[in-house]
Amino acid sequence: MSEFIQYTLQGLAAGGFYALSALGLAVIFGVLGVVNFSHGACYMLGAVISAVLLAELHVGFWVALLVVPILMYGFGVLMERLLVRWLLALDPLYNFLLTFGLTLILVEAVKQRYGVSGLPYEIPAGLGGQVTIGSVNLSVYAIFACVFSVVVCVGVGLALTRTRIGMIVRAATEAPERTRALGINVGRWVTPVFGFGIALAGLAGVLAAPTRAITAEMGSNFIIVLFAVVVIGGLGSILGAVVAGFLVGLVEAYGIAYAPTYAQIVIFVLMALVVLVRPSGLFGREEIA
Amino acid sequence: MSEQMTGKVDVDLAQPSVLSRRGPLRYVMLLGGLAVAVLLPYWIYPPVAMDILCWGLFAISVDLLLGFTGLLSFGHAAFWGGSAYCTGLIATHWGVPFPVAVLGGAVFSMVIAWPIGYLSVRRTGIYFAMVTLAFAQMLYFIANQARALTGGENGLQGIPKSFFAIEPVETDSFYFYYVGAALILLGVLLAWRVVNSPFGRVLTAVRDNPARARALGYDVERYKIKAFVISAGLAGLAGGVFAISHQFASLQELMWTTSGKVVLVTVLGGIGTLWGGLAGAGVVVSLEDYLASSGFEGIGLITGTIFVLIVLLFRHGIWGTGRNVLRRYVLDRRRRTRD
Repeated sequence: MSEFIQYTLQGLAAGGFYALSALGLAVIFGVLGVVNFSHGACYMLGAVISAVLLAELHVGFWVALLVVPILMYGFGVLMERLLVRWLLALDPLYNFLLTFGLTLILVEAVKQRYGVSGLPYEIPAGLGGQVTIGSVNLSVYAIFACVFSVVVCVGVGLALTRTRIGMIVRAATEAPERTRALGINVGRWVTPVFGFGIALAGLAGVLAAPTRAITAEMGSNFIIVLFAVVVIGGLGSILGAVVAGFLVGLVEAYGIAYAPTYAQIVIFVLMALVVLVRPSGLFGREEIA
Repeated sequence: MSEQMTGKVDVDLAQPSVLSRRGPLRYVMLLGGLAVAVLLPYWIYPPVAMDILCWGLFAISVDLLLGFTGLLSFGHAAFWGGSAYCTGLIATHWGVPFPVAVLGGAVFSMVIAWPIGYLSVRRTGIYFAMVTLAFAQMLYFIANQARALTGGENGLQGIPKSFFAIEPVETDSFYFYYVGAALILLGVLLAWRVVNSPFGRVLTAVRDNPARARALGYDVERYKIKAFVISAGLAGLAGGVFAISHQFASLQELMWTTSGKVVLVTVLGGIGTLWGGLAGAGVVVSLEDYLASSGFEGIGLITGTIFVLIVLLFRHGIWGTGRNVLRRYVLDRRRRTRD
């Protein structure tokens, strides 16, 4: 039983990384109609930047948690202004391919600059060690990562439901044509939303930095699991992205614990089942095919 | 989203060809293409020439889906790599002549393509790309786990090139090229035949207006699955020849970067042009070979940049752009002769 709780916690912590990133992917897709293939690379950049900040400027975890998302926001704005913008009028396929090319460039650039062996990063002071509740030993950092990502997801959720900007983003996500028809300038929000989505991926990267190996390739598998997450949750749904993120994190953790040989396959089996039973995803609306 | 309404991928297709179906220029081009295929190993290192043809057929298989059915598969590495392993295993354990092993690999790809296609065609547009990508990754993990069969990270090494005990083909990559090329051209011919058949016409209808195709009584999903399976077979044929040529099958062939690279080759060649795949493969494979031999390490930087640039600036690709130029010239001349 105590092991089960540990696995659950690990799953929720990993799920937090997926949920944050999937949330970013979902708002970008909602407002721009772009599936950002470079989301995994942005997650990797978030982790790499925090490691570099620590090693070269002695900037610690807590500052990185604030600074890296701001830097990634800037990166996202540049990416949207310089590249993604020119293909928005075309089929989403082209931005998918564009961001795929960008992924190759980012991964290779990091590999050339920092090698393949991985950058060091330590669990920040105060979050190390274990805490014992009853007879269960739990990693403090996993609890922190899990709580932090839930707080951010809830915060973003509140911002989306309780503020005017959030309302516009939500409306643009779920019914872009109708939002435009009501006289709202959806185009104005395109760049900030893209930057915001990238910043969320960067934030997930910072959170992952102390527990994962920081390499150029760390985003490669991440992005594909992330695609499975949004297929399971339904890409048009913000709630779906978050719930499916945590769900996939849990499934992955239980898989690693109880069936290590099949751990990574289980996620895709889950995706296959969802596609079979509910093609539009758990929280997606039916498509008109 | 219009994509959700019609479920189609709205790609930038080049203008249709203006050449008459039995016109002389067509035969000239066909003969020219065959001449290039025959002379290629004289100009460049034969294994590289073989790679170009393999990647060309691989790209054609992707174009059959993307350009002619309107489905972007981002998981074709599953069929290329799946066949590479299967071909390698058949050739190693049964010692059959390699074309038989390659056919076995292609059939294997078609067999695994059916369930993947069945599930994937339930989603359309960009979702289809994501679902196929995820299934291909699943196969990658399976191959990685099944070490006893696939050799895990070491790959499948020393695949024999047996060919009816004909020594030159088995030992000399120059002679091997011609047998391999015959297999590849068989695949290209098959793709051409599919595109220009009544079945291919239905696929184009599914691409352009799935709702109307459905209204006319065509089972759109079944046509998509069939196209997917045929395409997987062609990708498998290419992957099998590739594995025999290198005498090696590795996890690299199943990676999502391979799926991405073949889409790059297809777009560079020109979506919906069929022949463009061979042109795109010629450029990408020889460029990679040049970069690798010159000791340049960041190949990803170059391929990534090419990808970004062609998507931004060169969406009709090599063949598509050529076709558009030819079309403008021919139409211009026709107008002038009329006046």
